[in-house]
Amino acid sequence: MRRTAPRTETQQADTLQGVAREQWLQMYEQMIRIRVFEEQVNELYRSAKMPGLAHLYSGQEASAVGICQALRPDDYITSTHRGHGHCLAKGARVDLMFAELLGKTPGYCRGKGGSMHIADPEAGNLGANAIVGGGAGIATGAALSAKRRGSGQVSVCFFGEGALGQGVLYEVMNMAALWTLPVIYVCENNLYNEYTHYSEVTAGELRARPAAFGIRCAEVDGQDVRAVYATTRRVVEQVRGGEGPAFLISNTYRFFGHHVGDVNRAYYRSKDEEQEWKGQRDPLAIMAGWLTGDGIADVGTLEEIERRARAEVASGVEFALAAPYPDPGEVDQHVYA
Amino acid sequence: MSMLSAVADREITFAQAVREALAEEMRRDPTVFILGEDVAEAGTPFKVLSGLVEEFGPERVTDTPISEAGFTGIAVGAAMTGLRPVVDIMFGDFLPLAMDQIVNQAAKVHYMSGGKLRAPMVVRTNLGATRRSAAQHSQSLHALLSHIPGLKVVLPSTPYDAKGLLKTAIRDENPVVFFEDKLMFQLKGPVPEGEYTIPFGVADVKRQGTDITLVATSSMVQVALDAARILEKDGISAEVIDPRTTVPLDARTIVESAKKTGRAIVVDEGHERYGVTAEIASVIAEGAFYHLDAPVRRMGAMNVPVPFSPALEDLTVPTGERVAATARALCGRT
Repeated sequence: MRRTAPRTETQQADTLQGVAREQWLQMYEQMIRIRVFEEQVNELYRSAKMPGLAHLYSGQEASAVGICQALRPDDYITSTHRGHGHCLAKGARVDLMFAELLGKTPGYCRGKGGSMHIADPEAGNLGANAIVGGGAGIATGAALSAKRRGSGQVSVCFFGEGALGQGVLYEVMNMAALWTLPVIYVCENNLYNEYTHYSEVTAGELRARPAAFGIRCAEVDGQDVRAVYATTRRVVEQVRGGEGPAFLISNTYRFFGHHVGDVNRAYYRSKDEEQEWKGQRDPLAIMAGWLTGDGIADVGTLEEIERRARAEVASGVEFALAAPYPDPGEVDQHVYA
Repeated sequence: MSMLSAVADREITFAQAVREALAEEMRRDPTVFILGEDVAEAGTPFKVLSGLVEEFGPERVTDTPISEAGFTGIAVGAAMTGLRPVVDIMFGDFLPLAMDQIVNQAAKVHYMSGGKLRAPMVVRTNLGATRRSAAQHSQSLHALLSHIPGLKVVLPSTPYDAKGLLKTAIRDENPVVFFEDKLMFQLKGPVPEGEYTIPFGVADVKRQGTDITLVATSSMVQVALDAARILEKDGISAEVIDPRTTVPLDARTIVESAKKTGRAIVVDEGHERYGVTAEIASVIAEGAFYHLDAPVRRMGAMNVPVPFSPALEDLTVPTGERVAATARALCGRT
């Protein structure tokens, strides 16, 4: 193993020293935008206005926002079936996201992708992927491409701990290490592979996986955006500097079920556990706590940010509901470029 | 018959034609690169790529671990971000290992993104039995790929076609799966020195005839030509049509030929059931029904895994004799 990134408090404080108040408030706004966006997704789904499936990211917001905040606009990401948070954090617009979720023409994929396939290449998002681990090859290939083009871009591959069961992940990690590719494998461990606790289906240690390939690994409290951002900044710097791939474990929790229809969950996780995470480990509450506690923002400022986010989301929903469905003539367009 | 190939003043092998296409495209476009197992110094087990690493270096002719899914996936990502990878899948039998990357990722990314993303890449691989290589090194799996919207599938049958079609494949904006017949690598044929490409979706009439149409792909083109020579002695004039690409398919040329001759056999080395033969036979049935004097016949590989023993393996693939016998029966000359 090359090196394990140290995680001392001092180092985090150093990294965070130069972060401007506005940047923290921007991160807070992004996090609350994701939260409110998904409240509306849930509503749209329950009122039968949204077709298909919705896998909510709620509870994991600090992970997407802390990581994407440490990236350049032209850096790449690949996302997952639980990808609303990644897409928004990388710069997607709320209204065009909703339009896509409803299968409408102005949506990011002209309604052809839906919730699990938002792609926004202008913001570096190479697509959410509904195959678990499906982004691994793409993200690694984008890193190969960035390296060969000498563009200085890095590529972030988001996946849940469920993807640790997919062999292709280890195939591409091997090549990324061999070829010192600028890719960061972000394992968001929300504890559950769909309806099964990860410990039931995951042998050995998570960290041992990157270690086997000589890929350095960092682990972070994914509920604390400060920790996620500070660690990611350091990791991105190393990866962009040509030190080869990295693996980041972001420990987090999914507040809702595997998808919005997964309501009765007692057979795989307890209400107490959910309440504990929601009550004590909510990334928004944690961030609001230290923003006000450290005097970076007062409650009024945070409320104003929330109002803004709610207004943006409300008008986004309105836009999407009013938007047209694709013309039937589009059904066989874009099969071939 | 392709006019250029008729006037070419030199002959090269199928393998040389593939290599020339790659070298020319790599000289022309610096984003083209090769990725696969033993593609560099080894030049693949069939030596198709020999010499390329010497000219282009390991950055552009890159040996990978034995990880078909992994390096095909990496190619998809590279293709989506400005490069033009040519992936080498050493045996067509290994395609299933990379199927998620080809079928779920490469083939769908353009459509799923509403046209925003694209994956211009080539997957070069091979097909064909009778090399005594048994069930996991002998399959012809092009029908599986031809089934998937978003992919183009190319089946060259001559050195001339191989070179022109591969150059087109590399320049295409979509994922293209390019199948080479392993037994054909040493086949020589006329290939002009100069630059040329062959468009997809244009069938080539390999031999003109009036009594029966033999639609044949890849390895079966030579078989069909053999059959046509046999039939000629019996006074039956067979037309041999090579679609060259199954996707897109030149249905018009095939149907027109069947209308003219009134009889058709489709010969392809994939398994017969649910295969390329079934698809093309139905295209003919739909398009030429009122002109047909006999049912359209299909001749594919037997619906068995390819056996090792030569005594068994040779039974599984159509031969010129068997195609000729079927043709005679269709023409009422048993």
